[in-house]
Amino acid sequence: MRLKLEKRREPSMAMVVVTPILAVVLTMLIGIVVFDAIGIDGQRAVVDIFLTPLLASYKWQDVAVKAAPLVLIALGLSVGNRAQIWNIGAEGQYIIGALCAAGVGLSVGSGGFLIMLAMVIAGVVGGTAWAAVPAWLRLRFNVNEILSSLMLTYVALQVLGYLVGGPWKDPNGRNFPATAPLAPDQGLPILVPGTTIHLGVLVALILPFVFWAIMARSVFGYQIRVVGAAPHAARHGGFDSRNTVWASMLIGGGMAGLAGALEFSGILHKIDLGFPSGYGFTAIIVSFLGRLHPIGCLIAGIVLAVTFVGGQLAKTTVHIPDSTAGIFQAMMLFFILASDIFVRYRVRFTSSRAKPVAGE
Amino acid sequence: MGFDVIASFMTIVGLSTPILLAGLGEMITEKSGVLNLGVEGMMLLGAIGGFAAGVLTHNPWLAVVCAAAAGAMGGLLFGVFTLSLNSNQTATGLALTIFGTGLSSLLGLSFTGMIVMPFGSVFPVALARHPILQIIFGYSPIVYFALIMVPLVAWFLRSTRAGLILRAVGENDRSAHSLGYNVILVRYSAIAFGGAMAGIAGAYFSLVITPMWAERMTAGRGWIALALVVFAGWKAGRLLVGAYLFGVLMWLELFAKAGGFGDVLPVAQIIPSQFWAAMPFIMTVVVLAIISSRDKGGDNAPACLGKPFLPTG
Repeated sequence: MRLKLEKRREPSMAMVVVTPILAVVLTMLIGIVVFDAIGIDGQRAVVDIFLTPLLASYKWQDVAVKAAPLVLIALGLSVGNRAQIWNIGAEGQYIIGALCAAGVGLSVGSGGFLIMLAMVIAGVVGGTAWAAVPAWLRLRFNVNEILSSLMLTYVALQVLGYLVGGPWKDPNGRNFPATAPLAPDQGLPILVPGTTIHLGVLVALILPFVFWAIMARSVFGYQIRVVGAAPHAARHGGFDSRNTVWASMLIGGGMAGLAGALEFSGILHKIDLGFPSGYGFTAIIVSFLGRLHPIGCLIAGIVLAVTFVGGQLAKTTVHIPDSTAGIFQAMMLFFILASDIFVRYRVRFTSSRAKPVAGE
Repeated sequence: MGFDVIASFMTIVGLSTPILLAGLGEMITEKSGVLNLGVEGMMLLGAIGGFAAGVLTHNPWLAVVCAAAAGAMGGLLFGVFTLSLNSNQTATGLALTIFGTGLSSLLGLSFTGMIVMPFGSVFPVALARHPILQIIFGYSPIVYFALIMVPLVAWFLRSTRAGLILRAVGENDRSAHSLGYNVILVRYSAIAFGGAMAGIAGAYFSLVITPMWAERMTAGRGWIALALVVFAGWKAGRLLVGAYLFGVLMWLELFAKAGGFGDVLPVAQIIPSQFWAAMPFIMTVVVLAIISSRDKGGDNAPACLGKPFLPTG
């Protein structure tokens, strides 16, 4: 018996759907074993991290609110990842988006639909502008966008630190580095009374379907898919790769900026040094776990949000730090990436004596 | 505070050392054709691995060995996914960084608040503590190790048979494979070396800079090390120069925070400290722009960098 890999003529759709589920299940199983090995109640930890937030209805609002930014950012990143353009600076674009929204909100000081709209637009513009820098550097100077977009995240962190600790510091805030809170009528409307579920959650629920329509039906969506899958064919087909770089970076940045603006105006209502939450990095996992598909991103965003909420829960029940959820998230990403091999190849067990089977 | 040339120089050496170590390791990895973006994660694994061993054994030398092993384990994990399971290198590297950050935080929990035994000095105390000669003799052994590794890595790549095979694998994996070299094995070794060096770089944070454990204590330096490799054009000598240039930039932040500009350049005091903290990252981007546009797509970059290899037939 030996293992043999055969390239599939086309990626297996069944595997595309099954492997993310397997990745999550495998992560849970390994989690139980490893946690037991280091002296933590593994079963309890895994149940609390992956299942309790889904089973306990009072946790649903937390999951929804945490999933919204993850889904939005992942939607944008998936466009770039499909075209093999790597924007890993979404965290910075998210921060700048929120800061731009805060700048508008705090300087106006009053509420109303138009002001909310202006804040959201400012967020999108800010995120887009921050992502335009690596796009321009890549096209003009051939700078690797992975490194430049990430470097700009660190710069964004310092911009945030400067603004909330300096010019934007709340004069009534006991010298704490944070902006003044938004006026009560400036925050996004709450959709479900008595919860924290805000308008942004609805946006995150609708946009995946919009992206799906665009990616599946438009020439642009086709171009992105072709550039990623077959760059040579794309060049022959007359697709301008420069446009692809611009589009993927700007959409990624715009969505991250949107997520930042919604997070600020929907739930946090002020910005302090704790604002950067790593959503921009986690969204990369969401994008891959969702198989770079808009609806996949929606589902994967909910899964990752569950692990965030569950991680908080496990902190109190089995006394493990927040970062444990990060280990699980990374494991899911490892497995989903590794499982690509089953999508693109067929694994055959061939007996060394038998003749290989010809064809399919 | 006056301007102390000797203290400043020694600080710069300290800041440069981890990015030099991690950069040398990543350079070898990349020369074999593998792009491992998980440097930051491997550094954190090394930082906690070294710190834990230091606390448990009270032996700083053993701690560094454990840090190297922890970093190499992280690298091998990356190797299993990218080499044996053929996963995407960019995304797997990111996963490794997220994994290393999470695992180091979890493991570090039980070591919070503890301190480790510091290294004794390599040279006689009279030299290591001498007010002027300490500029040469007063460092941690890891600093000298990093400096020795620069010519060693350069010599290995240029003049040894193993170095030649490594470069062949990175330049043209198919030809190397048909010549009978084990591409996957060479790449595993290169990744393990890169991981070990990143691990030692991480240990420099937890054993030397602050002999304590703190979450995410490597503070993005792993990413600067990655940029440094591009800056150096995959050459060890230029990597050394680059590491010290970045060391100077990082030192400027500390200098500004300590109010150092008050004496030297009063105008600079109105610049917020965050500007100086962002400086190394801004300069990295600027330097990458200059280097990348001049090299026209990186002529020096190994031809197979980041591309998967699946032996057929």
